[in-house]
Amino acid sequence: MDFLTLLQIFDSSVRLATPLLFACLAGLFSERAGIFDIGLEGKMLAAAFFSAAFAAISGSVWVGLLAGIGASLALSLVHGLASITFRGNQLISGVAINFLAAGLTVLIAQSWFQQGGRTPSLSGNARFNEITLPFADAVRDIPYFGPIYADLISGHSILVYVAFLTVPLTWYLLFRTRFGLRLRAVGENPAAVDTAGISVLRLRYSAVAICGVLCGLSGAYLATGLQALFVKDMSSGRGFIALAALIFAKWRPWYALWACLLFGFLQALSLRPDAVEAVTQVKVPGQLLDALPYILTVVILAGFVGKAIPPRAGGEPYVKER
Amino acid sequence: MDVIPKWADAILIPLISIILAFIISALVILAIGEDPINALQLMVQGTFGNSAGIGFMLFYATNFIFTGLAVAIAFHARLFNIGGEGQAMLGGLGVAFVCLAVPWPHWTIALPFALIGGALFGAGWALIPAWLQAKRGSHIVITTIMFNFIASALLVYLLVEVLKPAGSMDPATPRFPEGAHLPRMSDILGAVGIPFSDAAPVNVSFFIALLACYLFWLLVWRTRLGYEIRAYGQSESAARYAGISPTKIILIAMVISGALAGCMAINNVMAAERLVLNSVEGAGFIGIAVALMGRSHPVGVLLASLLFGFLVQGGAEIDFWTNIPRELIVVVQALVILFTGALDNMVRVPLAKVFLMFRKREA
Repeated sequence: MDFLTLLQIFDSSVRLATPLLFACLAGLFSERAGIFDIGLEGKMLAAAFFSAAFAAISGSVWVGLLAGIGASLALSLVHGLASITFRGNQLISGVAINFLAAGLTVLIAQSWFQQGGRTPSLSGNARFNEITLPFADAVRDIPYFGPIYADLISGHSILVYVAFLTVPLTWYLLFRTRFGLRLRAVGENPAAVDTAGISVLRLRYSAVAICGVLCGLSGAYLATGLQALFVKDMSSGRGFIALAALIFAKWRPWYALWACLLFGFLQALSLRPDAVEAVTQVKVPGQLLDALPYILTVVILAGFVGKAIPPRAGGEPYVKER
Repeated sequence: MDVIPKWADAILIPLISIILAFIISALVILAIGEDPINALQLMVQGTFGNSAGIGFMLFYATNFIFTGLAVAIAFHARLFNIGGEGQAMLGGLGVAFVCLAVPWPHWTIALPFALIGGALFGAGWALIPAWLQAKRGSHIVITTIMFNFIASALLVYLLVEVLKPAGSMDPATPRFPEGAHLPRMSDILGAVGIPFSDAAPVNVSFFIALLACYLFWLLVWRTRLGYEIRAYGQSESAARYAGISPTKIILIAMVISGALAGCMAINNVMAAERLVLNSVEGAGFIGIAVALMGRSHPVGVLLASLLFGFLVQGGAEIDFWTNIPRELIVVVQALVILFTGALDNMVRVPLAKVFLMFRKREA
């Protein structure tokens, strides 16, 4: 495999890792605060539809982005109500949210656009276009460094850079601020946080809201950056891959970056079976590459390669003693 | 906590939850500019207007009874098996292997073996997450989700690369032999002189599903094992203290659960007379809604399955006649899961207050 092919695969890995990274960090906030969220997929899908729909109607991708985040936040609120206020089962609520998004997006898309559950294609200002970083063209001819800078680092949409910046931001927020300390504490021992006179409810709701915003970004990137329209079920399991990445990363922001890049790389490979075949000299079924993130997660969960220990109070509704 | 009488807990709370789910669904239909009353009429006409509609409803209901019971048995052991979809896919594979293995002389011989094949494959697919939960503490919800995706990739690979007959473009197994074709409801009822449409694929599996409901009840409420499963589900520490092995219960409950999901394949796969991609069509997930709505009791599961059979058949009708796509059913399913599963306390707490008020007045 030559350098250019490798660069192409890395380039598409970065693109494919971006929605995973947003969703993975979204799950990180929620689960660190003790709220399990298997509804990442649904929030992503809802955001993808509403961002594409509003971008198509208004002609502005930023209006679309806001609508996408709004839709995702609304579903987060449902999850918050069910799992924080009414102390319901967080897993069941997540399942419900996934189906709610899968059904509603097609229903509304059909009603608004009459294209069998799709939105019209987006173009111009209605989608996120690629940004060329400064000097990209000037350095292109320098061997190795030039193409890496010009093709791999430059030339993505703004949301890709935002996603990568969200990693240090998340790390700082969680591990270097008072809010972060409290948020992590509420996922480990909510009673202690409550005893200190801090509202468990408010902390958990803010974590769920941050999760909603990040899922909104993830879905918006999917429909207006990676692709230029919404199609039925377009998140196609990415929310669950993000969940897998979160476990793979053991609920840590920097590890999440590497896990998402790895899973993005696997997705990029399954798009290029010719390159895989050239390197391995055997025909690797594309389905194996598709299934690999899930298989890896099961292996990690089984504790054969380092143990993944979730936040201790995860999944448990907090009941104040009377 | 037993302010709410048993009958209200079993009937009133699910009923209120369903009504809430339907009201919101009606609002959704209104919001997209369609008429919910008209939609309901179409659904009822399309299902109960002729025997073909009823036949399709019973066909879907058969699937949901199996997957619903699968989720329900896991619920009794306080395990959440989201993997019904994948287990049903593998069950389909098992049934297909059995049906294609020998030229079966008659369906009465083929069916028991197909049942065993489906159950074994489904149970095997549930066994790995169960073992990981019992021995390594891996969260069963996450592993069963992952196993759904792995099953789907495996099935695509097998159908596209291995099982597809040479020269065929269609990712499906060859047709099953004549002796593995199940008698349809039209044949069964026709034998006793009742006319029934032969358009619908409902078949003898429906009666197997009813039998499964009865056996489920026997197992859970009339055997020692059922008692142990329920005891473990109520309190792990109490069960452990009573000498019940958690490992054993997790493994057995999940194996039964996977086997039930796998048995669904005798209905959908044997009726299609070959294994195609996406033959499960989300029935594994509808099983979650069915089990929650049916309160994990076989009678409840049966009624909820019939309701969802009606919804799926009616959904196909309104998809055909109106601008409402069949995804409306996914929305109804989501709302049923949300209200009967996650927002249970939203209905329960106010209801408890009402009952408390009545009780105080009596006293």
